[in-house]
Amino acid sequence: MKFSIYRYNPETDKKPYMQEYDLDVPEGSDMMLLDALVALKNQDPTLSFRRSCREGVCGSDGMNINGKNGLACITALSSLKAPIVIRPLPGLPVIRDLVVDMAQFYKQYEKIKPFLIANDEPPAKERLQSPEDRAKLDGLYECILCACCSTSCPSFWWNPDKFVGPAGLLQAYRFLIDSRDTQTEERLAELDDAYSVFRCRGIMNCVDVCPKGLNPTRAIGHIRSMLLKSGV
Amino acid sequence: MGVVTASTSLGRSGLHDWIIQRVSAIVMLAYVIFLGYFICTTPELSFPVWQELFASTFMKVFSLLALLSVIGHAWIGLWIVSTDYMPKLAIRFVFQVLIILICLALLVWGIQILWSL
Repeated sequence: MKFSIYRYNPETDKKPYMQEYDLDVPEGSDMMLLDALVALKNQDPTLSFRRSCREGVCGSDGMNINGKNGLACITALSSLKAPIVIRPLPGLPVIRDLVVDMAQFYKQYEKIKPFLIANDEPPAKERLQSPEDRAKLDGLYECILCACCSTSCPSFWWNPDKFVGPAGLLQAYRFLIDSRDTQTEERLAELDDAYSVFRCRGIMNCVDVCPKGLNPTRAIGHIRSMLLKSGV
Repeated sequence: MGVVTASTSLGRSGLHDWIIQRVSAIVMLAYVIFLGYFICTTPELSFPVWQELFASTFMKVFSLLALLSVIGHAWIGLWIVSTDYMPKLAIRFVFQVLIILICLALLVWGIQILWSL
């Protein structure tokens, strides 16, 4: 099977280039793309990429696979058309080969205060939540921060320092509708500028690529409705 | 106000811009439908018919409202385009000032045309 992989080592290369690889994949193999990359790294130890859990839970191996962002570990080789073109996640600075600098992505995540803030009297044991209120967090808390969505979003490419991006906004909504959080108004006020939420144009690239099947566009729509309710 | 400030945008906040953009789009659509209906249902479209249409206060106000909508919509929309695609600060700023000046000039010019008929 033929591979074309983005290579860049800033210490030795003037600019990035695509390198061709060939790997023997047995007929009817159920290999995942990550297995193939590990095998290629055995051929060429200089090839760099991130990986950890190899089962779509840690979010380390997000990359651009045949033009679409996804996790290498849960992308079956059999689902891909050869030659398989692999590039780093778009829009983030490349550290080396498929390894990108995620600082900007995490900065946006940090901005939305991704933790419960409850300023009411602490209960004796724990903050209880009804099953109905808990159900509102489904489809939001599952995000693994792989950055596949935010790096597929043109608004995030153009303004990564100002637009929170789909991943951050999904988590923003996760805490906005948490029945135990008391900072809803303050959180909304933080988001009501021309960029943070409103740079989303609803093109749904994020929904298209999310390896966990989540829907950031819908969450952003909910945030917009909440802003509308509190601002009209 | 949110965490990012913007001093050349039209609205006071992201939500303000968003609402102006949507409401102005509806006004513009209504104006186009109204004009289209008028043109299609008027058997002979002559200068006196056209002048009579624009002589009514209703049409003057409706036209001005549509013009305001075009201006608001363009200001917000082009401001967004410039902040997306013009990373160079000087070019972005000159473009934004130019758009704002054109919008304001259009407004004054439009008022003059509508009320001198």
